[in-house]
Amino acid sequence: MDRGQLIETMQEILGPEGVIHEREQLRTYECDGLMNYRVIPDLVVLPESAEQVQQIVQTCYDEGIPFVARGSGTGLSGGALPVESGVLIVLTRMRRILEVDIPNGRVVVEPGVINIWVSQEVADEGYYYAPDPASQIVSSIGGNLAENSGGVHCLKYGFTTNHVMGAEVVLADGSVVHIGGGKAPDAPGYELLGAFVGSEGTLGIATKITLRILRKPEAVRTLLAAFKDTEEAGGAVSGIIGGGIVPAAIEMMDALTIEAVEKQVSPGFPEAGAILIVELDGPEAEVANQFDQVIKVCEENDASEIRIAEDDEERALFWKGRKAAFGAMGSISNDYYVQDGVVPRTELGAVLKKIADLSEEYDLRVANVFHAGDGNLHPLVLYDNDTPGEADKAEELAGEIVFACLEHGGSLTGEHGIGRDKMKYMPQMFTADDMDVMQLLRCAFDPHRICNPGKIFPTPRLCGERPGPFHMHPVQKAGLAENF
Amino acid sequence: MQTQNVPTEELQGIVGEGHVREATAEDAVDGVGPSLVVEPATIEETSEVMKLASREGLAVSPCGGGTKMGLGNPPREVDLILSTARMDQIIEHVPGDQIVRAQAGVRLEDLQEKLAEADQMLGVDPPEEGATIGGIVAANSSGPRRLRYGTVRDLIIGIKVVLADGTVAKAGGKVVKNVAGYDLSKLFTGSLGTLGVIAEANFRLHPIRETARTVFLEVDDHNKIPDVAQELTHSSFSQFVLDALEMRWERDRGVIAALFEGIEPAVVAQSSRAVEVLGSHGETRVLGEDDGEAFWEHFARRPWAAGDVGLKIGAPPADLAAVLDSIVGAAERADAEIRLSGHAGTGVTFAGFSGDEDGLVEIVEEVREIRVRRGGSVVVQEAPLAVKERLDAWGSSGDYLGLTRRVKEKFDPGYIMNPGRFLGGI
Ligand SMILES: Cc1cc2nc3c(=O)[nH]c(=O)nc-3n(C[C@H](O)[C@H](O)[C@H](O)COP(=O)(O)OP(=O)(O)OC[C@H]3O[C@@H](n4cnc5c(N)ncnc54)[C@H](O)[C@@H]3O)c2cc1C
Repeated sequence: MDRGQLIETMQEILGPEGVIHEREQLRTYECDGLMNYRVIPDLVVLPESAEQVQQIVQTCYDEGIPFVARGSGTGLSGGALPVESGVLIVLTRMRRILEVDIPNGRVVVEPGVINIWVSQEVADEGYYYAPDPASQIVSSIGGNLAENSGGVHCLKYGFTTNHVMGAEVVLADGSVVHIGGGKAPDAPGYELLGAFVGSEGTLGIATKITLRILRKPEAVRTLLAAFKDTEEAGGAVSGIIGGGIVPAAIEMMDALTIEAVEKQVSPGFPEAGAILIVELDGPEAEVANQFDQVIKVCEENDASEIRIAEDDEERALFWKGRKAAFGAMGSISNDYYVQDGVVPRTELGAVLKKIADLSEEYDLRVANVFHAGDGNLHPLVLYDNDTPGEADKAEELAGEIVFACLEHGGSLTGEHGIGRDKMKYMPQMFTADDMDVMQLLRCAFDPHRICNPGKIFPTPRLCGERPGPFHMHPVQKAGLAENF
Repeated sequence: MQTQNVPTEELQGIVGEGHVREATAEDAVDGVGPSLVVEPATIEETSEVMKLASREGLAVSPCGGGTKMGLGNPPREVDLILSTARMDQIIEHVPGDQIVRAQAGVRLEDLQEKLAEADQMLGVDPPEEGATIGGIVAANSSGPRRLRYGTVRDLIIGIKVVLADGTVAKAGGKVVKNVAGYDLSKLFTGSLGTLGVIAEANFRLHPIRETARTVFLEVDDHNKIPDVAQELTHSSFSQFVLDALEMRWERDRGVIAALFEGIEPAVVAQSSRAVEVLGSHGETRVLGEDDGEAFWEHFARRPWAAGDVGLKIGAPPADLAAVLDSIVGAAERADAEIRLSGHAGTGVTFAGFSGDEDGLVEIVEEVREIRVRRGGSVVVQEAPLAVKERLDAWGSSGDYLGLTRRVKEKFDPGYIMNPGRFLGGI
């Protein structure tokens, strides 16, 4: 099938509106939130239903054309980066909330639904959807699922993977499967849903997603505490968590971040070497008691100022400052690179020190804003693209930072994913065998590697049968298998 | 059963002479007897054993505490039992990070005891005694507190496995937040030893909560249970507030119980609110921490004994009334005795039946038929061999069976890991 025929076939499936093939329009989709990788796709298609997704994928499979799913395109690891001579399947027209089932605590949505809409939909009933990435007003549930996105409240409530209960998935060969129990718990068989969530769009396209919703907590209390430096703030974090408290959120910002945020959105943060925002939620009596404990711990760690949010408005102001952190870097630097690494909480101090040293060595500023409770760092490496060589230097520094995370027992990424961006680092964290075994899963889902190829794994594994003497299919022999 | 030529001496060379023994009748898995029981001490030894098994085409059943060897269908064959008993080290517990790394053979009781020294715990509480970490992950065991902490899949953060061909691989890590690579920890959770041997698992931990209170209500009509459960889950109590919401039904009497754990003032306040909610349905009782412990010990047990048929039914939580009706109805028609328990807050119900063989088979078929229509699953977790031979343990599996088979094919192309016990004859 040549390009013209492919366009025609897609138009038959989707109508002329649903297919983009003019180069200038295709450019809109050449990258996701990570703008240093760009590829113009051959074709962009905009399905409106699961049936259309199935037909698109079926066509790609029959013709051996690679495809990539895209939600809102806010990903920060190049996950939705198109493949050359491939089809980009954009899910932004699949935006229906299909079902709200309060008695079972479930909402069923199409993948293009924006994260925040779910909470808005059930707010009046007293419910909400817990995972809250900072991008929640723009990012899609499909993208969240694919990246296993986190948010500030994930320390207590878990990540996307803990809240996705079922999915309808179009596999690379065009077949449709329903994985996870959806409304019913403990579906028999392998935990395919758990493996699918966080697979960065490489195992299929989710066309329908069942989410768990939670009752809104009875009480919420939030405070902001200022410290001399990140070390003292870190001491408070350890004190709080060591005291058996599981805060709903505990976020840290360093001096440079505070400066940028003030310039951008003026939340009126105190001048400090580090700020912590701590939020507790739950039953009234528990929150009241533990909140006093948190205040005490902050005082013991020499907090220079503690502000308690008196109402929802003030709480929103604290969070506005935190959630604006990435974007605010624009006010103090021309360009910045968002890094995402994880360290065991007890190694935070050591790694922050290392980052400071690296910043000095590379002569580039690094702002730190992070989910302190789970050790998920977001160092923002500031640079100027107009200064020759600085972008490369910034990327190298960002790389050094994740290596430091690994050295201290952490991970390459806590929530933004490997995508295209961190493929090259995977061998630092996993052995060739580890990656080969992971790719066995890929081989089961997508043996021809047409679903978002060229992501996560630096060296693709061939899916052919492995050589060896033992190759019968006893299940088939026993007459139990009809569809291998 | 075809007998394989088992190279005993070679196995002894790998794990040491004292750690290979002839199997006895007690080692049989659902009547299928292995030749040998092998106990490797390390991952390396496990890998060597698997290489040998792969080369010789020996069927391998991994085994931890042996509490769930009867789960699933009877195996097609078993040549070796690979016991993880000697891989019993807690590799690393970092209280400050709230994580633990443990070898598969560590018993849950021992792990909890160690963690308690730092006022921490692993949030899984299956009722079986003697279960090991590897077995708990492989069987995806859970208990009442799953309402608050989720199940193994929600707590496991890393894994090390040995595949059928001896390949050793890890996934995840030792940090609670991590999205690098595919999440094989979850894939192996509940895989019942059919994808490979689980050698190590890493978990996130939770603080042990200061105190506990149990509120319970007795009912004489099983129709009341679903109403009370819904009312509790949709008042201000629900996930992350309530630690457990459980039911039991036996000889025309039932109990529904809620567990609150936390700091004293919160637990007192919450439990008195629960008494208010439950009060309209009948007389409620409140138990303190110590009495509560004894209560739960009994209450959380599976409602069956050897020789019974035991079912695990997964259904939408709001469909509990239909679940109970279908079980009670089927049992009446077959003139069987029933006992029920369940995680009323999460939609898991356990049903134990005793009666004659034909009746038991009929019950399972009837309950399954209703569940297929209404959504969910009915898994036979306990049954006499004669009944097992007439039923599939897992029931129907929807449209993902083909994909499930392809996963199995890739991880264990020779079908030597626990052949036949899993879904669809895998
Ligand atoms: C300002 C800003 C703040 C952010 N804050 C956070 C944060 O706090 N926490 C966090 O975790 N992330 C954060 N992110 C990253 C990003 O928003 C998340 O990764 C988000 O989940 C991506 O959603 P998306 O709809 O934009 O997906 P896209 O970027 O379009 O796609 C992401 C990946 O998902 C795949 N995909 C999309 N839809 C589907 C589907 N239906 N089925 C299968 N695969 C699919 C794509 O192929 C791609 O690999 C932030 C990004 C920005 C720009």
